[in-house]
Amino acid sequence: MNKYYLGIDLGSTTSKAVIIDENDQIIGRGITNTRANYKVAADIAREEAIYDARFTLLSNIIKTDMEAKPEFKKYMEDIRTVFQYQQFKRRMEILEEKLVKTSEAFPYPNKNEIIDRLKSILNVIRPQIRHEFVHGGLGSKNQFFRDIVSERYNLEVAKAGKEFYEPLMLAFDKSITPVENEMVQYNFKELILESMKVLEEKYKGLADEQEDGSKEDWYYAELNAVRNNYKNVELSLREHFELVAEQEIHIANMVGTGYGRALLPFPEECIKSEILCHAFGAHAVFPNTRTVLDIGGQDTKAIQVDSHGLVTSFHMNDRCAAGCGRYLGYIADEFGISLNELGPEAMSATKETTICSTCTVFAGAEVKELIHNGEERPNILAGLHKAIVQRAMSLIARSGGVKNEFTFTGGVARNQAVLKYVKQMVTESYGEVTMNIHTDSIFMGALGGAMFARRNVTAALPA
Amino acid sequence: MEAQKERSMILQKEMVSGLFNELGRAKETGRKVCYTFVPGNLSELIRTFDLLPVYPEINALQSAMRKKSAGYIKEAEKNAHSEDVCTYVKCDVGMMMKGNFGPTGEKIPEPDILLLSYTGCFTFLKWFETLKRLYPNAEVIMIHTPYQEAGKMTPEMTQYMVRQFREEVIPKMEKVTGIKYDEEKLKYHLNLAKEAQDWIAKIFETTKHKPSPIDAYFAGVYYIGPINIGFRGTPEAVEYYKALYEEIMERVRLGLGPITPEGEMKEEKYRLVVEGPPNWTSFREFWKLFYDMGAVIVASSYTKVGGVYDLGWRHDSTRPLESLSEYCMNCYTNLNIPQRIDLLSKCITEYSADGYVTNSIKSCNSFSAGQLGMMREIEDRLEIPVGFIESDLVDPRYFSYSNIKNRLESFFQMLEQRKKIVKTETV
Ligand code: SF4
Repeated sequence: MNKYYLGIDLGSTTSKAVIIDENDQIIGRGITNTRANYKVAADIAREEAIYDARFTLLSNIIKTDMEAKPEFKKYMEDIRTVFQYQQFKRRMEILEEKLVKTSEAFPYPNKNEIIDRLKSILNVIRPQIRHEFVHGGLGSKNQFFRDIVSERYNLEVAKAGKEFYEPLMLAFDKSITPVENEMVQYNFKELILESMKVLEEKYKGLADEQEDGSKEDWYYAELNAVRNNYKNVELSLREHFELVAEQEIHIANMVGTGYGRALLPFPEECIKSEILCHAFGAHAVFPNTRTVLDIGGQDTKAIQVDSHGLVTSFHMNDRCAAGCGRYLGYIADEFGISLNELGPEAMSATKETTICSTCTVFAGAEVKELIHNGEERPNILAGLHKAIVQRAMSLIARSGGVKNEFTFTGGVARNQAVLKYVKQMVTESYGEVTMNIHTDSIFMGALGGAMFARRNVTAALPA
Repeated sequence: MEAQKERSMILQKEMVSGLFNELGRAKETGRKVCYTFVPGNLSELIRTFDLLPVYPEINALQSAMRKKSAGYIKEAEKNAHSEDVCTYVKCDVGMMMKGNFGPTGEKIPEPDILLLSYTGCFTFLKWFETLKRLYPNAEVIMIHTPYQEAGKMTPEMTQYMVRQFREEVIPKMEKVTGIKYDEEKLKYHLNLAKEAQDWIAKIFETTKHKPSPIDAYFAGVYYIGPINIGFRGTPEAVEYYKALYEEIMERVRLGLGPITPEGEMKEEKYRLVVEGPPNWTSFREFWKLFYDMGAVIVASSYTKVGGVYDLGWRHDSTRPLESLSEYCMNCYTNLNIPQRIDLLSKCITEYSADGYVTNSIKSCNSFSAGQLGMMREIEDRLEIPVGFIESDLVDPRYFSYSNIKNRLESFFQMLEQRKKIVKTETV
C-alpha cells in the first residue's frame, strides 16, 4: 500500500493541509478559513486535501490523455470547480435551513415578512452562485464558504429596504458561525457523479455559444474540443474514478503546526513549531534558500536556515500585528473592498502615499484623514502595502538580514503589491539576490509539516 | 526553592531577614542608611562606615515576585512617570510613595546617603534625582565610573576613580556617619570579599559537569543574592558560599541535575547560555518554560551584574581604593560589547552550551543596547543556534506567556534537530 503523509498548518486566518507521497511530492492541498472550532477547520482542510489527492491520482491515471488532448485538461479543470460547487451546495442547504429557523425565533412583529424576504433573497443568490461556480470558475478563486455567501447576501439585503436590514443581517450573523463550525460529510463518488451531470448539461448548452472574438484563441480551441468530445472524457472517467474514490489514502504519519497547533488533537510528538515547518517547506522547494520571510495572518517571521534547512535563528513580530495579513484585512474592511482586490488596486497607484503609522488601528484613522484630504485610493493602498513591507524588512534586519537565496512564503505572498515592494526593498538593502516565490507559498508550513511527518517526527532528519 | 531546605538556604534567609531587621530598627539604633545599586556596589566600603545598605533594584524585583509591582508602577505613572521609564524605577518610586514597606513588610528607613557608584546606566542618575526630591535631606555621593570603551581598564582610569574616592566619597561618608575612615577595616572586608569571590567563581564553574548540578540563571539569581544585597566582604557570605559549594559538589558526586521548584530536573536535554535579566513578575512560569523542556542554563550574564569573577579579577586588600575602583569598572554592563561577546563565548565553549538565548528587556536600556549585535556575532563565531525573546523586568503588562512560549518552543525544536544532525554526522 502506498503511504502518504499529512501536514496541517492551523493559521490564525486560514488552515492549510498538504498530503505528500513517499517522494515528498505534493499530491493534495486543502485550505479553509480558520474558525472558532479549530478541529473542524483542521478536518475540513484535511478532507479537502484528500479530495485533491484523489483528483491528483485520477489525473495521473489519465495523464497521457491529459497531455495530448485539450478536452481532458479542460474537463478536469471544470470538474474540480463543479465538485467544489457540490460541496458548497450541501453546506448552503444547511445554512438556508438554519437561516429560516433563526428568523422564526425572532420577536419582530413583521417576522413573516422577514422570512418571506429571506427566502426570496436565497432564491436570488442560489442560482447566482451556482452559475458562477459552473461557468465562472468560482471554485478556483480561493474564496471560502462564508465569503462567497456573505458577499452576495449582503448585496441583496442592502436592496431589501431599511426595515429588513437589521433582522436579516442578524439572522446571517447568528446562523453562519454554527454552520461553519459543523462538519459536513460528503461522498466523493456521489459528488463526482453529480458533477458529471452538471457538466453534461453545461457542455450541451455550449453548442449555443458563438465565437465572437472576445476571448483568446486557445479558449475557443478548448471549448470546441470539449464540446465535441466530452463524452469520451466522461467514459474514461467513469472507468477510473471508482477506483480512485475507493482507494484508501493511507496517512502513515502527520504533523500539525501553526498558531493553533497546540489545540490540534494530535499527540505531542506530532506537533511542530511553524518556524521550523515553514523553513523546512521553503527549503525543500528551493534547496538553496538561506533566508525565509513568511507573512501570515497575525505574525510575520524572518527565518535564517542553513544548508540542511535547519533554522539557525528567527525573529517574529511581538506585541503588534501591524505588518501582517490581518492588517490588510482590516484595511480592506476600512475601504469596504475584498482582500483580493487590495493588491491589484495598489498596483495601479501613481505614487505611494506615506503612511507613518505602525499600528493597525491607527492606520485606519490615518487612512480616513487621507481620504478626506482627497488622496487617491490606489495611492493610499500602495502606501499601506509599502508600510507592511517596511515592518517585515526591519524584522529581517533583526534576524540577520537577507542571505542568498531568499524565499518569500505565507498567504500574503500572493498579494502582488506586497511582492513588488519586497522585491524592491530587498534589492535596495541587500543587492541582487535570487528571490523565490512559489504559487504554493501559502502551503509551505503545511508542506514542511508533512515532510517532517514523513521523516517521522520523533527522529526528524532533513534529507 | 522551598522544596528542599539546604543549609545554604537557611544561611541566606538569616542574612536577609537580619538585614531587614536592622533596617527596621535603624531609627532606634541610630545607624545610618545608604541607598545604592547592585552594579558597582561598594559593600566593603559601606561596611567600613557601618552603614546599612538598601538596594532599590532588589526591592523592585522582590515587589514583582510578590505581585506588588503592578500597583507600584501604576502609582508612579499616576505621578507623571512616563510609560517608557525603566520599570525598576517606577516600581521603586511607587513603593516609596505607598509608604516604603519593603519585601519583609517592614518599613524601610529613609536614606541618609544616596550612593551612586556606577554610572554606566544613565537611568541610575535620573533615579537618584527622583529620590533626592523625595528625600531632600539625603547626602548624594556620586562617582563617575569610566566605561571600558577600549576594552580595558587603564591606570589613568583607576587613578581618576581613586581620586574621587579620596576627595568625594570618603569625606562625605565621614561627614554623614561621624566615623573616621579606617583603612584596616576596609582591608579586612576586602579580604573576605576575595574569599567569597573565589567560592562564587568555583560555584558557577560547576556547570561544566554533565548534568549540570545547578541552573546558573534561575537558581543563579538566588545564589548571587547575598553579594547583591551587601554581604560581600562579610564572614557570613564566605560561610554561605562555602556551604553552597559543598552542597553543589555533593550533587555532582551523586550525578544529580539542578533543583527546580517542582523538584529535581530529571533529564538534561539542552544546555543554554542566557543574556539579559529574567522576568520577575512571572519568574516561576518563565523558569518552568525552560525546565519543562529539560533546558538548563549553564551560564548567564545577569549573574555577573554584581561583579565579573570568571576572568580572575578579585578584590585586593593591598590596593584598597584601586581595587574598589576596578570593581566598579568591571561590572558586566560596563564592559564594552566585544568584551561581553568574548566573555559569553567563553562561557558557551567552556560549559559546552547547545544554544544561546537573549531575553530582551523592554525597559532596560543598559542591557538591551547591543544585544542583537552580540547575538549575531556569537551565532557567526560559534555557529550555535540563537533564540530571542522579549519581556520586562517588573511590569507584568509586558510578559506575554504565549508569545514567549511560542518562540521558546521553536527554539528548542531547533536545538533538537541540530543535535540529531550532529549525531548522524559524527556516526
Ligand atoms: S535601565 Fe536597566 S540597568 Fe538601568 S536602572 Fe533600569 S534596570 Fe537597571
